[in-house]
Amino acid sequence: MSFELETAPADAGTLRRVAIDPVSRVEGHGKVTILLDEHNKVHQVRLHIVEFRGFERFIQGRPYWEVPVMVQRLCGICPVSHHLAASKALDLIVGATRVTPTADKMRRLMHYGQILQSHALHFFHLSSPDLLFGFDSEVGRRNIVGVAEKYPEIAKKGILLRKYGQEVIRLTAGKRVHGTGAVPGGVNRSLSADERKDLLKDAYQMIAWSREAVHIIKELHQQNPALYDHFGSFRSNFMGMVAPDGSLDLYHGVLRAKDADGSILFDQVDYQTYDRLITEEVKPWSYMKFPYFTAMGPEHGWYKVGPLARVQNCDSIPTPFAEHERLEFVAYAGGKPLHATLAYHWARMVEMLFAAETIKELLQDDDLSGTELMTSGERRREGVGVIEAPRGTLFHHYQVGDDDLVTMANLIVSTTHNNQAMNTAVREVARQYLDGKEITEGLLNHIEVAIRAYDPCLSCATHALGKMPLEVTLVDAEGTELDRKYKA
Amino acid sequence: MNDSFMLDGEEIPFTPGQTVMQAAAAAGKYIPHLCWHPDFAAHGSCKLCTVKIGGRFATSCTVRAAAGQEVENRTDELDARRRTLLQLLFVEGNHFCPSCEKSGDCALQATAYEMGMLTPHFDHFYPDRPVDASHPEVLLEFNRCILCELCVRASREVDGKNVFALAGRGTKSHLIVNSESGRLADTDFAATDRAAEVCPVGVILKKRVGFAVPIGARTYDLQPISAAGGDGTTGRAGDTSAPRKTEAG
Repeated sequence: MSFELETAPADAGTLRRVAIDPVSRVEGHGKVTILLDEHNKVHQVRLHIVEFRGFERFIQGRPYWEVPVMVQRLCGICPVSHHLAASKALDLIVGATRVTPTADKMRRLMHYGQILQSHALHFFHLSSPDLLFGFDSEVGRRNIVGVAEKYPEIAKKGILLRKYGQEVIRLTAGKRVHGTGAVPGGVNRSLSADERKDLLKDAYQMIAWSREAVHIIKELHQQNPALYDHFGSFRSNFMGMVAPDGSLDLYHGVLRAKDADGSILFDQVDYQTYDRLITEEVKPWSYMKFPYFTAMGPEHGWYKVGPLARVQNCDSIPTPFAEHERLEFVAYAGGKPLHATLAYHWARMVEMLFAAETIKELLQDDDLSGTELMTSGERRREGVGVIEAPRGTLFHHYQVGDDDLVTMANLIVSTTHNNQAMNTAVREVARQYLDGKEITEGLLNHIEVAIRAYDPCLSCATHALGKMPLEVTLVDAEGTELDRKYKA
Repeated sequence: MNDSFMLDGEEIPFTPGQTVMQAAAAAGKYIPHLCWHPDFAAHGSCKLCTVKIGGRFATSCTVRAAAGQEVENRTDELDARRRTLLQLLFVEGNHFCPSCEKSGDCALQATAYEMGMLTPHFDHFYPDRPVDASHPEVLLEFNRCILCELCVRASREVDGKNVFALAGRGTKSHLIVNSESGRLADTDFAATDRAAEVCPVGVILKKRVGFAVPIGARTYDLQPISAAGGDGTTGRAGDTSAPRKTEAG
């Protein structure tokens, strides 16, 4: 299945695709290629994510209890997501169909700590420079250091929000990055009363700052609706996990999808059956697969995941401030789903507020200090674990042999779900801003802004500096390379 | 009759027949080691316990203590040589501490920390050593073997089973299992054997308990190996593989 602008028409003849070898086979690298005709009209735009993920292969033959610790090494930004999705899948292998309340709440706390730190990092460190200074503002200042100079309070709050999330992770997982807190069947520790008290002390400040963050992005939307509502906007389906009652739950629940008009496509789906729901299409020009809802086919069945999908997919948010903000978001959208690429930021900040409020509520729960950490039951050979990671729905699927070694693993990560959506966003931006023009750094950044809104995993490796290694090549009708910009 | 020798300027008493290592361990002094264990005959193969006695190198686990000896142990020169030995051990096997369940309980890792080893320095061998998961209770992860032969000795001398042996020569040396198929499941090995708990690294592992001990509560999270292993019996990774009660639980 090919989409408009995905592949230049065969009769264009003189157009030529310039293949740029992958910069590196690690996450954190991407490239965009654009083909133009003699009038500089855009004929083809592709976002290539050069993501190499050998994990499915090299955890085969490893003992299952090693998996949650090993697979989280996929990423240094949201390792908790992989740690927990793997643990949930392996709970089923050890027969722990329901973990203890202490284990459930410790894992939830770890996860919402992760949501808080990841969303704060993305909004303040990576995206706020674009949003506060403008997409084509002076490049030397368009970074977190520039934000810290011009808006020191905003930068400081962003850094401290992230720090708090990291602290929640450290106390639940043992380390800020790549801990070992969750194990198949439960967790390996709980929190002492003092640890809860220490965290709770700052929780209210985090809620207050998260509310301010929602207001920052909401005001930006309201001040410039022409840009925020239309930049890279396109219609698509949404998918995400919700609690069985339809409220937002990022740790556990059932799958729900809506179409572009907001009508339910499916609901209350047990994620153990995900392989009947989703097919992954392989395209020759990308290392990353293109998933779609099997029943709808590749042309109509692709979808968005992540904050924009989740906030509009759920019926409510179970914490008061975040629910208030969700209602405002829904009201702004006017009763129909908002498909604006930049609305991802708004939805992400609503979720950050939800995470901050949830952390506070969990810390007040004595189950966090419980002593029943692990459980087990009848051994199984197969399990699927799903979690709503900061970037979207994350699937982990394992089969384990009688000798305890993993025989099969399949992961569908959030960025993969968004592959078609990100490509479409980049094409929309190219159509809106590039047609017939010469490449400038500002234009290049427009494309980055669209990709960045999805908070894709490809930016993981260089997250801290807010720069994606990105290559844009402009080729004329003769196949001559007109211009090339590379940022690393 | 008690006598004494000097270890890094400190007087260490010994009884006749004791090795320098035994006397030092009894006095609570740490001499780095991997293949030595107080319950087994000295092996003298890892060379980490090499000290200088009267200016000459000697493996402290095999040399007898003698009155008036001047023994150098934790000098910069000796620790630098130990660091090199550790680097060789790390590159000869496949040691991926980040996903190893023995991390924090591993004598090799803890000794490397103690010696200030920051890089592997040498090119990795990346040997191909498939795991043996055939036994229902115990996993053999050969990638981490340092050829200390503690399991060989324990199985032979304590368990009376001869389950393990070293085969091959030089860089091809490797741990094997004494059964026709070469699989652990086809031996009379049991999870309760002494050999099951003596491995200082992550080769012989009780199944399904990995990572049950949280970060912060593992052997060498609590104290460095120089303190934990000072008396030669406590804090050895082999003694800690059983799941322990956590701080909170």
